[in-house]
Amino acid sequence: MTPIENEGESHRTVLISAEDISIKFGRRPILDKVSIKIHRCEIVTLIGLNGAGKSTLVRAILGLSHLFAGKVSQMNGIRIGYVPQHINRDSILPMTVKRFLRLGGPASREGLETVMEEVGAGAILDTAVSSISGGELNRILLARALLRRPNLLVLDEPFSSVDASGKIELYGLVELIRDRHQCGVLVVSHDLHFVLTGSDSLICLGKNDYCSGGPKDIVSHPLFRDIFGYQLSEQFLLSRRELETKK
Amino acid sequence: MSNFYSVGVNWKQKNDINFIDDNNDGFSRRARIVTELLDDFFVRAMIGGIGAAIVAGPVGCFVVWRRMSYFGTTLAHSVLLGVALGFLLDIELIFAVFIVCMLVSSFLLLLERQRYLSVDALLGVLAHAVFAAGIVVVSFMETLRIDLMGYLFGDILSVSQTDITWIFVTASISLGLLIWHWRSLLSFTVDQDLAAVEGVPVNYMRALVVLLVSGVVAVGMKIVGILLVVSLIIIPAAAARRMSVTPEKMAIMAAIVGVISVVLGLFSSLEFDVPAGPAISLAATAIFALSFIIPTRFISR
Repeated sequence: MTPIENEGESHRTVLISAEDISIKFGRRPILDKVSIKIHRCEIVTLIGLNGAGKSTLVRAILGLSHLFAGKVSQMNGIRIGYVPQHINRDSILPMTVKRFLRLGGPASREGLETVMEEVGAGAILDTAVSSISGGELNRILLARALLRRPNLLVLDEPFSSVDASGKIELYGLVELIRDRHQCGVLVVSHDLHFVLTGSDSLICLGKNDYCSGGPKDIVSHPLFRDIFGYQLSEQFLLSRRELETKK
Repeated sequence: MSNFYSVGVNWKQKNDINFIDDNNDGFSRRARIVTELLDDFFVRAMIGGIGAAIVAGPVGCFVVWRRMSYFGTTLAHSVLLGVALGFLLDIELIFAVFIVCMLVSSFLLLLERQRYLSVDALLGVLAHAVFAAGIVVVSFMETLRIDLMGYLFGDILSVSQTDITWIFVTASISLGLLIWHWRSLLSFTVDQDLAAVEGVPVNYMRALVVLLVSGVVAVGMKIVGILLVVSLIIIPAAAARRMSVTPEKMAIMAAIVGVISVVLGLFSSLEFDVPAGPAISLAATAIFALSFIIPTRFISR
């Protein structure tokens, strides 16, 4: 990890930047020369086919996987809040939500209640983690990430166990958090609605190559069309037009 | 049944040996009482057993949480090789056992990197290969007359003062490490990636858990024997589960259940003249069974 100079509060501050990273599992190449940059206050969405290496790229950004080539640089003083896809929460390990949140670091009761309110989780601090619903778990994981006062939030398919309406609400919450905490966000998502309306920049991983750009540019890219299909791109253009006419 | 495979020592013989030389007039009265107490093999057994149980409980919780009970069994099976090497190289047995346990775990970490066999199968191979090697090495050393059955089923009644020292040194170091790294260990147990992102040195934690289990196996094998040492680790932790709502409570309860099992097991061994190690395991099992009978509302708050 190479440090990047912290340029203060500017929106153009680069939080993390991966340059030409390649990763192999054994002899099988997973990522080949992928570059990605995340700025402050920017929501970057990662999409791609199953097995294209989305989670591997996320792990590389987090510094959890061994790079075959390339480098990942982080801003000095970066604090990453990570929301994993799922965690081991079976009832073998007795643990209340409160205790789980404090595993990330010490926090006062008031601090915990504030963050629980922010993510819209109810009064479940004293409930066992094994007995809360999937949607509540998603919010709890988000809360634990927020307790670290992150300047980069990394979410790996964060709301997979929430129904459609819950998803819209939670993605809205992500945008709210970005505005409130002035942090960068990297999110792996399959949710087309959020991908196209919520994100500032997109990275689309294919089997052998990848493309990136803003939501407007990327819809015309053949790789994106491969993944979401021609129809979906049309649907996006429609919804985009709707949005513009509303304004 | 009193001399079941010569496990332990017959009570009557042992009682004859004790309290014979009582003419140490140089000692003050209190010092003499302490010396006499520690001369009593029953008291030594009790102290050694309690020391091992106090550390086995909390470490056992991590074994249960991380689903490592077969790993514990594998380490237990490598004890015999450690004992044999200890005799061959003339080093303290608990130390030799500990080193062999660490070697076996490192070998396992290396083997885990291949992707053709599951960890479960690897443990199955390793446990019995090491056990067989241990028996073969022991058979080469017939002149040394190792009490094989004593190691297989434990020989708590022959716990010496040196053993007690080793048990308490190991237990204090283990408990110290456990308390020092408690939050990191818990975080690592819940989710490795999340813990790593939050700055927990996960590779160190993984090694620490292996180290702790090795230490408990090394001291526990003296108490309940190679074949039952995992019971001292697993059963108190399992019994503590339904009595606890937080991980801390479960660790403390596991230690308490372990201590009660040692006391109950030793006294029933005295009362019914049965081998002490298995009696301790059965006492723990009885508490485990009881924990399922008691309604949750009485114990989980």
